Amino acid sequence: MRLPLLALLARGPAHGYELKQDLEQLLGSAYPQPNVGQIYVTLGRLEKSGLIEGEEVEQSSRPNKKIYHLTDAGREALRAWYEETADEPRVRDEFFMKLALAPQTGLADQIALINKQRRRYLNTMRELSKLATTENRDNRMSHLLIEGAMLHLQADLDWLERCQEELEEQ
Amino acid sequence: MSRTPPVSRAENPSARPESPSPCAGEAAVLRAENLVKTHYGEGAPARAVRGVDLSVRRGEFVAVTGPSGAGKSTLLHLLGGLQRPDSGSIWLDGVRTDGYGEARWAVERRRRIGIVFQFFNLVSNLSVADNVELPALLAGVSSKQARAEREQLLAELGLQGKERSMPGELSGGEQQRVALARALVNHPPLLLADEPAGSLDSKGTREVTRLLSRFHQRGQTIVLVTHDARLASAADRVISFFDGRIADDAELDGTPSRGLGISGVLELKD
Repeated sequence: MRLPLLALLARGPAHGYELKQDLEQLLGSAYPQPNVGQIYVTLGRLEKSGLIEGEEVEQSSRPNKKIYHLTDAGREALRAWYEETADEPRVRDEFFMKLALAPQTGLADQIALINKQRRRYLNTMRELSKLATTENRDNRMSHLLIEGAMLHLQADLDWLERCQEELEEQ
Repeated sequence: MSRTPPVSRAENPSARPESPSPCAGEAAVLRAENLVKTHYGEGAPARAVRGVDLSVRRGEFVAVTGPSGAGKSTLLHLLGGLQRPDSGSIWLDGVRTDGYGEARWAVERRRRIGIVFQFFNLVSNLSVADNVELPALLAGVSSKQARAEREQLLAELGLQGKERSMPGELSGGEQQRVALARALVNHPPLLLADEPAGSLDSKGTREVTRLLSRFHQRGQTIVLVTHDARLASAADRVISFFDGRIADDAELDGTPSRGLGISGVLELKD
């Protein structure tokens, strides 16, 4: 959550609740939103490490709120973030280890494991399809997020299919 | 006579796919028993379908997925009478059809089975309107009624204004929608779809997925063959087909999966 919050602050100072709303607006209901508590905790850590600074603002009828802005160090961290490329997605290693080790344990059948995992992915795929139909059509970022999740899942399903093809031949 | 409640396969993962389906009774729109088909060409005989039992209930949406060459399209062709099985039996609405000849199957495909294909198979020198009306006219519907059906379907599929277009003037997605209208014009109890999104881009795929879901919600029974997991997940039952056999037969119940489920796949991590 740290760098996305820095990125939201690049536009200008904001308080914690505003950042939560910005995030909701940008990513839509599809994205499992962090609760406001998580956001405050992260902001506290960012302030401690000198990437942002908070300023207390008095409010007449409510407790003070803290408005944060990016420091030079924060802007630098953000710049470094954009310089890097992101890590590749990884094969589901837990499932892979189960599959690879199944024969020697004598506790599970490989094909049954694949079938069980496929059912789970297909159910999740179905939920994602439903989500895509209910999500606001105009929120492109949200739709791209859902589509990305579906394509990853599809790749995992294709990979399960390959595993099954190989292992059924034996 | 009371019907036994359908058993959810998803809740009963120990059920063997080979065991007779619990819903093989009168509610089955389509039933197949021990279907076998071997292709003889150059090289070794290809055992495309190797003893398949299948039962599809009325209103069910079944997807058959699997790698290419697994025999899933052959299976669909057997079910639609486009190919004859070497052995095995097929029932449509309880009536045995595997002994039918070509002419009789052609009649079935006008009345009781609609089919859509990967490459649409529209008649290229007929307009969109004529393509859709033709099967209705062949089935003996009046031209007035055929036109009314066509108008309704094309409107429903978002193809108003395309009536006079020729298939070649339409995008792939549009052609597949015309093919869907043609397949459904006689209100067949069963719709078979063979890789209907196989030659479409991802927008076209989403469109076909949405339309199949919509017709299914209105009660259309659908058997779909696809290698596309996104399209398959629109179905409420997914059969995994490997090497000519059913390897798994799973009801998608839409209940959130254990663990993180969709929030796990959507959450962005640092």
